[in-house]
Amino acid sequence: MRSLVFERNLPRFAASRIASTLGSGRGAAVGPLRLLDTEPPELPGPGWVRVSPLLSGICGSDLATLDGRSSRYFEHVVSFPFVPGHEVVGVLETGARVVIEPVLGCAARGIDPPCPACARGQLGNCERLAFGHLRPGLQTGYCADTGGGWSHAGLVAHESQLHAVPGTFLDEDAVVVEPVACATHAVCNAGLQGGETVAVVGAGTLGLAVVAAVSALSVAGHVGAPGALFVGARYPHQRRLAGELGASAALAPDQLGRAVRRKTGSLSMADPRPGRPGGPLTGGADVVFDCVGSADSIDQSLAVVRPRGRVVLVGMPGRIHVDLAPLWHREVRLLGAYAYGTERLASGATARTFDLAFEVVAAHGLGRLVSATYPIERFEEAVQHAGAAGRRGSVKVAFDLRHNEARHHGDLRHNEARHHGDLRHNEARHHGDGRDGDARHLARSTTSGRDGRSSTGGTS
Amino acid sequence: MTPRPGLVLEVDGSTPPTLFWHGERFVLEKLPEGSRVVYAPEPLVPLEDPVGAIRHALLHPLGDRDPLPAMLRPGMRLTVCFDDVSLPLPPMQAPDVRQLVMEQVLDMAAEAGVDDVVLVAALALHRRMTEAELRHALGDRIYEAFAPNGLLTQHDAEDPDNLVHLGTTDKGEDVEINKRAATSDLIVYVNINLVAMDGGHKSVATGLASYRSLRHHHNPKTMVHSRSFMDAPSSELHSSNWRMGRLIADSGVKVFQIETTLNTDTFPRQFGFLQRREWEWSVRDRAMYAAAAAALDRTPPRVARQVFHSIRAPHALVSVQAGEVEAVHAVTTANIWKQQGVEVDGQTDILTMGLPYISPYNVNSIMNPILVACLGLGYFFNLYRGQPLVRRGGVVILHHPTSWEFHPGHHPSYIDFFEEVLSDTTDPVEISKTYEESFATDPWYVHLYRTGHAYHGVHPFYMWYWCAHALDHLGRVIVVGGDPAAVRRMGFSPATRLADALEMASDVVGRSPSLTHLHTPPLLMADVR
Repeated sequence: MRSLVFERNLPRFAASRIASTLGSGRGAAVGPLRLLDTEPPELPGPGWVRVSPLLSGICGSDLATLDGRSSRYFEHVVSFPFVPGHEVVGVLETGARVVIEPVLGCAARGIDPPCPACARGQLGNCERLAFGHLRPGLQTGYCADTGGGWSHAGLVAHESQLHAVPGTFLDEDAVVVEPVACATHAVCNAGLQGGETVAVVGAGTLGLAVVAAVSALSVAGHVGAPGALFVGARYPHQRRLAGELGASAALAPDQLGRAVRRKTGSLSMADPRPGRPGGPLTGGADVVFDCVGSADSIDQSLAVVRPRGRVVLVGMPGRIHVDLAPLWHREVRLLGAYAYGTERLASGATARTFDLAFEVVAAHGLGRLVSATYPIERFEEAVQHAGAAGRRGSVKVAFDLRHNEARHHGDLRHNEARHHGDLRHNEARHHGDGRDGDARHLARSTTSGRDGRSSTGGTS
Repeated sequence: MTPRPGLVLEVDGSTPPTLFWHGERFVLEKLPEGSRVVYAPEPLVPLEDPVGAIRHALLHPLGDRDPLPAMLRPGMRLTVCFDDVSLPLPPMQAPDVRQLVMEQVLDMAAEAGVDDVVLVAALALHRRMTEAELRHALGDRIYEAFAPNGLLTQHDAEDPDNLVHLGTTDKGEDVEINKRAATSDLIVYVNINLVAMDGGHKSVATGLASYRSLRHHHNPKTMVHSRSFMDAPSSELHSSNWRMGRLIADSGVKVFQIETTLNTDTFPRQFGFLQRREWEWSVRDRAMYAAAAAALDRTPPRVARQVFHSIRAPHALVSVQAGEVEAVHAVTTANIWKQQGVEVDGQTDILTMGLPYISPYNVNSIMNPILVACLGLGYFFNLYRGQPLVRRGGVVILHHPTSWEFHPGHHPSYIDFFEEVLSDTTDPVEISKTYEESFATDPWYVHLYRTGHAYHGVHPFYMWYWCAHALDHLGRVIVVGGDPAAVRRMGFSPATRLADALEMASDVVGRSPSLTHLHTPPLLMADVR
């Protein structure tokens, strides 16, 4: 069965890095990712099940890997060859639809007692990612033993990684639960207090998910409700979506600093003469979510955050050149926000990040962020589309592993409708139009899934 | 030869295309037959001896004022105020008329033994002038004599130590003006009265005022009830200023007002065709137009802007009067109408106007979209007496590129106004209620106004309020050739060509509308019967 396999191949790695200089995603055609016939992965042990992917998203970290831009830091926590794809909604042999929580922590690795982080439910901070009975792999989709979502051969997942999908969820809703969980984790760990000014830099999938998470979690009382939520978004469709998801103002990136300055009554260090570069604000936002992870985005985040404010890195950075003088001088706290686990809420209660993410997806109908799907046979196009998603009016691009010809051949009209954010279309799908193969899975999961959206087992 | 008066031309089949300004360019448009084109009077003949005329005015004041030398004495505090860079338009060829007037005033002060003399640029909430601009307005001699000693100042409406509250009018209007001026024994105010709106009590009551004072007349309600700004008896803006001016006088502040009017000789010889009526263009005019249009088509906008802003107008002095404010201003206003007035019979369904690269607030700067709106709907729309040129519910068509471009140093709050405020609402009343205070008191704008060359934070609001009367009066505003996004942000409709604009206008005014074109340059004022 066909799978996309990422191999350790230095010449191809170099080629992808060079090709990616022409644009993100261009490395797929010449890089280490190849479409091969593979066998389903072996079950590593008890508590493991087979999962047949239905949809599997293409993430920014996937693009960085395919483009050869990933940090070498990750070399020790991946094993080759691996099948990418960690944003996965799939179906079990029982017919139940599940979303994979891809971090391969102690429970999945058969490590008992678990490491301190896993014991606390902080799965993303697992200290044993390269140990146990699995080969190294920080997540499903980066581990040679588990397979990944970009495969017709399927993957294997530990029961601790499975989350039942509510029957009301479309596959498109389910496939964005993982990135929304990342955003949810970032929001829950930002220490949001009521009335604070919040800025979001970047409005791709993660940025929009952060906006949705701030809105939904603050309405639910899980985090403080911001006084203002500004979003810097490069493309018009991103600004429109950010506004729909709850942003006070969704602005072009160069307007973000001005809006934050106005709201916070700050002064500015910017040289006011025409054509001069901007400068940092003297005050600024209480919290900035950097959902890009580039040098420019971190620079901008540091320019618009107030002294002693928090910058939360949600987007995955690599080796970049950033001037940290403002961070030092203004005593800014720079927080990483990776993956998910267990969150402490404003009420003092705790909750699994994925459970919260399901709530966020449901509250905002985030399946609408899936703009286009491709069969894995067209992976070069898919990856290029994902690399240029913003420019092409898209948000999330995913592989469609459902054996449905209409979908496999791209159903361009369908994709176009999504490109233009046809909410009515998505709403119709939310209510189960029964016109395609999804209905079969939906029916099964309605009976087997739990509307409480709790994990089907494991560490929760 | 006696200059010819203005006229209203009715377009027929033999009428050549009509010249429209289009920012840093101009275009020729064929207007529909039956359209009217309002042409300004030709420039009046300049005074033969401007220096002598100024001296005569200072020695023979109007109203209840002694000749200036008689009002000067040793030991007195004298403050000489002057209009800022917003006047005249374009800036005039050296020597500027302010220089000619102030040299004589200062010579008289020196002869009288007055030592305590301070010059004040009457900025109100405008940007501070640069050294080059001050030197151009005052001449090097005055600049060198006063600036190095700190005696050449620019009014700072945010300096609490140099403002004084003189009281409130019977309408409850605060009168707070420049303390140095208010505590002087005499204020000499040197005006350039480019249009009828300028001068009178507005000089001191606005030019030297604070935001606390200005907000009483720079607001949507006053602006809607100023019909028009150019006709003081019908202008609530002027009524308010007059009340304030009389309170200033009653509180013991003595003003010696000097007002000057210029002819409308606006552009140098190479742009002479701009001054002439199209059917009278000579071969040279046609050649110059063709050459200029072709060159500008190939010139990047930024370069074209530099070229145009380097133009110095050959404006010439045609009248100067001095003395008591109201007596002086009555004569000045009559002189301005003599130069600019044109009688027009009846209103029109559609009023077209080509807008140039310059307005009072972007001298040596960028004509941002808000200034485009202000020039068209605030200034040109209001160039009338009697009734607006365009009927209520009619359409104004502006011709301007209206680029989404701002000068960050001169207009910082305009950027935020455009992005934050106009994206929410274009209603002047709503804007005033919701946003004005926060912009007016924004510490960053205050800082830039006081230390840089930025217009005050509230200034874009005032520009929008200037449009309030037109916005209230019109059925639609269409901008030909403007950046669609910028045009739409302001609530207007973009059109690619004039023909498209006329088609769009027909939705509002029907298929057979009357059309009148306000032909500028030079400036004119329509006396609409």
